[in-house]
Amino acid sequence: MILESIGSSSAIGIDALWSNAAALVVVIPLIGGAVAALLGRGRIAWAWAVLCVLASFILSLFMLNLVLGGETIGYEMGNWEVPLGIAYQIDSLNALIITLVSAMALLALLFGLPTVEHEIDPKKQSMFFGTFLVCVAGLLGMAATADAFNVFVFLEISSISTYVLVAMGAKQNRQALTASYNYLILGTIGATFFVIGVGLLYMVTGTLNMSDISSILAGMGDDRVVRAAFAFIVIGLGLKTAMFPLHTWLPNAYAFSPSIVGMFLASTATKVALYLLIRFLFSVFQTGSSFETAMFDFVLAPMAVTAMIVCSVQASFQPDVRRLLAYSSVAQVGYMLLGVSLGTAAGLSAGLLHLFNHALMKGALFMAIGLAGLGLGVVRISEMRGMGKTMPFTAAGLTVAGLSLMGVPLTAGFISKYYLVIAALERGWWWAVVAIVVSSVLAIFYVGKMIEAMYLHEPAKHADGSVMKVKTPVLSLIALYILVLANVWFFFDPSLPFGLAETAASALIGGEGS
Amino acid sequence: MAELLSSPVNPAFALLIAGFLMALLPDWRQRKFVALAAPLVALWLWMQVSVFGSYGGIHIAAIGLDLQPFRFDGLSRIWALIFIIAAFINAIYSLHERDRVQDAMAAIYGGSAMGAVFAGDLLSLFVFWELTAITSVFLIWRAGTAASRKAGMRYLVMHVGSGVLLLAGAVLLHSQTGSWAFEHIGLETGLAGWLLFLGFGIKAAFPLLHSWLQDAYPKATISGTVVLSSFTTKMAVYALARGFAGEDILIYIGMIMTAFPVFFAVIENDLRRVLSFSVNNQLGFMVVGIGIGTTLGINGAAAHAFADVIFKGLLFMSVGAVMLRTGTAKATELGGLFRSMPFSAFFCLIGAAAISAFPLFSAFVSKSLILAAVADEGHWFVFGVLIFASAGVLEHAGIKIPYFAFFAHDSKKRPKEAPWNMLLAMGIAAFLCIFLGVNYGWFYSLLPYPVIYEPYTFVHIVGQMQLLLAAIFAFGLLIRIGLYPPEVRMTILDVDWLWRKPLKHLALWLNAISDRLFAAVENAIDSKIQNAGRSLTALLSPQGAFARIVPGGVLTGWAAAFLLIALFIAYLAKS
Repeated sequence: MILESIGSSSAIGIDALWSNAAALVVVIPLIGGAVAALLGRGRIAWAWAVLCVLASFILSLFMLNLVLGGETIGYEMGNWEVPLGIAYQIDSLNALIITLVSAMALLALLFGLPTVEHEIDPKKQSMFFGTFLVCVAGLLGMAATADAFNVFVFLEISSISTYVLVAMGAKQNRQALTASYNYLILGTIGATFFVIGVGLLYMVTGTLNMSDISSILAGMGDDRVVRAAFAFIVIGLGLKTAMFPLHTWLPNAYAFSPSIVGMFLASTATKVALYLLIRFLFSVFQTGSSFETAMFDFVLAPMAVTAMIVCSVQASFQPDVRRLLAYSSVAQVGYMLLGVSLGTAAGLSAGLLHLFNHALMKGALFMAIGLAGLGLGVVRISEMRGMGKTMPFTAAGLTVAGLSLMGVPLTAGFISKYYLVIAALERGWWWAVVAIVVSSVLAIFYVGKMIEAMYLHEPAKHADGSVMKVKTPVLSLIALYILVLANVWFFFDPSLPFGLAETAASALIGGEGS
Repeated sequence: MAELLSSPVNPAFALLIAGFLMALLPDWRQRKFVALAAPLVALWLWMQVSVFGSYGGIHIAAIGLDLQPFRFDGLSRIWALIFIIAAFINAIYSLHERDRVQDAMAAIYGGSAMGAVFAGDLLSLFVFWELTAITSVFLIWRAGTAASRKAGMRYLVMHVGSGVLLLAGAVLLHSQTGSWAFEHIGLETGLAGWLLFLGFGIKAAFPLLHSWLQDAYPKATISGTVVLSSFTTKMAVYALARGFAGEDILIYIGMIMTAFPVFFAVIENDLRRVLSFSVNNQLGFMVVGIGIGTTLGINGAAAHAFADVIFKGLLFMSVGAVMLRTGTAKATELGGLFRSMPFSAFFCLIGAAAISAFPLFSAFVSKSLILAAVADEGHWFVFGVLIFASAGVLEHAGIKIPYFAFFAHDSKKRPKEAPWNMLLAMGIAAFLCIFLGVNYGWFYSLLPYPVIYEPYTFVHIVGQMQLLLAAIFAFGLLIRIGLYPPEVRMTILDVDWLWRKPLKHLALWLNAISDRLFAAVENAIDSKIQNAGRSLTALLSPQGAFARIVPGGVLTGWAAAFLLIALFIAYLAKS
């Protein structure tokens, strides 16, 4: 009798776990963050954070599996019905993003323990992991929710925790404080613009649920308030996406933050903001409306192309490796925005594919640089000399990820650039193809600088002339190589991200243009 | 042996992997072992392919991408073989050097040139095309002089530019045909064809696009020049043969290429520069063969490319040996070296005989294919120019190089003989020059198409000997009379020597003008690069206007302004 009830209740427990997956994927790291902050020691907090993120990752895989089966997962918080309550909705678009964020968070944690112990005050480590979990929860929430105001809430949760995380780099470099402050100012402006836009939409439609807004907007004629809301939301999210010229917060925030934060942000933060931009552009507002097309043609596309070239040149000039990578990130965001601004299904899926691939390559690059910083104290490119000998595995991983960033065949970077070129050609945007080529050539230069320093220069030597050998933490190296191999794997078999991107794109645009 | 490999492996990988390995190997002995072993492995892989076809294609269905990195057919087979041989000889030649960068870059450079030759699609071609540019520039830079650094930069700009043109053309072509395959392209494809043509043309050193060659090659390291002369231009000739066979314009481009360097080469003092002009001249013959486009013409281009890599390499090697021992390659400072460098002098003479197309030497059997192809098509004017250019070859390369380096007036220099490895490399190349000329049946069997041609006919031998002996006689006569200032010991010998003075002065004048012109262009490019660099630095570097740490208020202003623009656009859009 007792056994029976236990058995059945545990069955209910498992069922409840799966049926609430959409909410739990966000709630676990959110609550876990509070717990982590209470755990006194860094390592325990780290283990706890890994556990929480692992749970989120497993749940996201479960949902990904459902979505791949063609389902859309809906979830109503507290069983309040849709227009009133907050709903979560997972389709092929955000299933990809959620999986990406939770996977990158897990890899970041696996990679990051030695760097955190090196870079963060021991007393602050448990707080650090707590904040990190909150940040993960914020990003996952932004991706999962189907409620426009709830997006704002999670946007702020992730942003505020990010400001804290960036500022924690101050032990290494005091500039982290100004970087964090600038990010705070601009991030707040972005969030404000966004919430103003959402407010305007609420004023017109009387609802905050995204699909509800969308269907009401579809029934309405042209409306100036909607147009204003549109501009506010695009610029607000554009700021968080690091759309040129609103990217000025990004290079310093990435470069001066602790290694693990830089790595995690580079591979997720702008990606989630971009996801939201796509969500609002294509599923909330009317695709193909005149103001949206105008925004694509006159703002997004020109700014994307400018970013691709200007920021690539800027990257070539940076002596600081992480700033180099950060400028390259802004340029790569340009690629994604270009794909989006094509306004076709092919363009959108190319942009999404590049979003996914870029997370893989930049994650690996930042990891490798983090390890180089840990082992050799590398900050500038000149300090990477001879890394091919002193840190052969890290250097090899960095090289492969760098090749992916250039877009060399046999790496994932090639696939998405190739697909973007094809999409631009379909639309007849020659100048965009030229910009992609020019920007890729520039990428050869700035990645080449790193490769040259690592392999063609002699390393620093001990007094007796022997080459220094640097030990690299094994767990970090494993995390790095998972990403490096992913960079190669997704060249030969891009069907997972590609299938999701295609499905999402054709659902959002309705297969038009491809 | 064949069952060892389940499917053929691209020989280019042997060199590419060896190159990356050498970049990591600190010990020079290990590096030299790898450098020598890699071409042998490549050769073995090359021999394993028994059936023509495309192997190891990468097909990614999701985005409809089809890469064919290993196409083995008649055309790519012979080019790959000569690149393997060149890589091997070059490795021997540079055994005495201890430069890790050059070792690694030379191997990757050779591997990527081979990769380009095997590329069955334009995207693979582009990747290898750019890789040759990026790796070969180090062979120039490692000379370590300020001049070589600048020349290397100009070289890089030209060559990366050529790759960009190639990619642009490939993308355009893809939008027209929906395929990336690298087959016959032709200029009738419009802009796409012309972009590709221009991209190939830069590397093939077409007239007016050629200055990088004379600019950069003489400034590279000693072994670097030898390596450079083997790959880049021959790869471009291959690409032309594949994509633009039978384009009439190539006949005339090639004709100009054979003729104009003669004028410059005869009065040039730097022997490496003389040989660089001679590269142009020999490329001209190949380009003419491609322009003719008949099977005989393509065969001739392939055969001549094969022979040229060896004899031109041999000449560069002998001048390099002289340079290693005396520190200079200037004709005026050399002479009489045969006394102490007899072997080098002997090998140089063989190379000279080969490039001048003496019977029993390689160019005799390869160049005659091209001449026969031209004659078959009835291009008599072109034929005449090529005959003139052949005589010119003898003057500037066949006689001038050995004469000024090893004979002529005694410079009183008595350097040691070249190191054994250089002699061995030169010996192998010299052997091949004669081997190909004698065993032409084997040589012809490697060509893309079956050959029905007999080079050693009475008429051909006598005709060629008349040309050569007349040229030598004229040279001897002019030396005997002793009318010539040292830096212009020769003049154009096919014409009546009464015209010598005006022609000499014309050549001198042209040389002075072109020197000044090229110097001006080089300076202009240099200052453009510098200016562009400076203004970009001012704008975009960490100290620059775009990257300065800006106060938050300014950033806020930016954001607001941008919002305003977005609002305007949203409002103004027509409903």
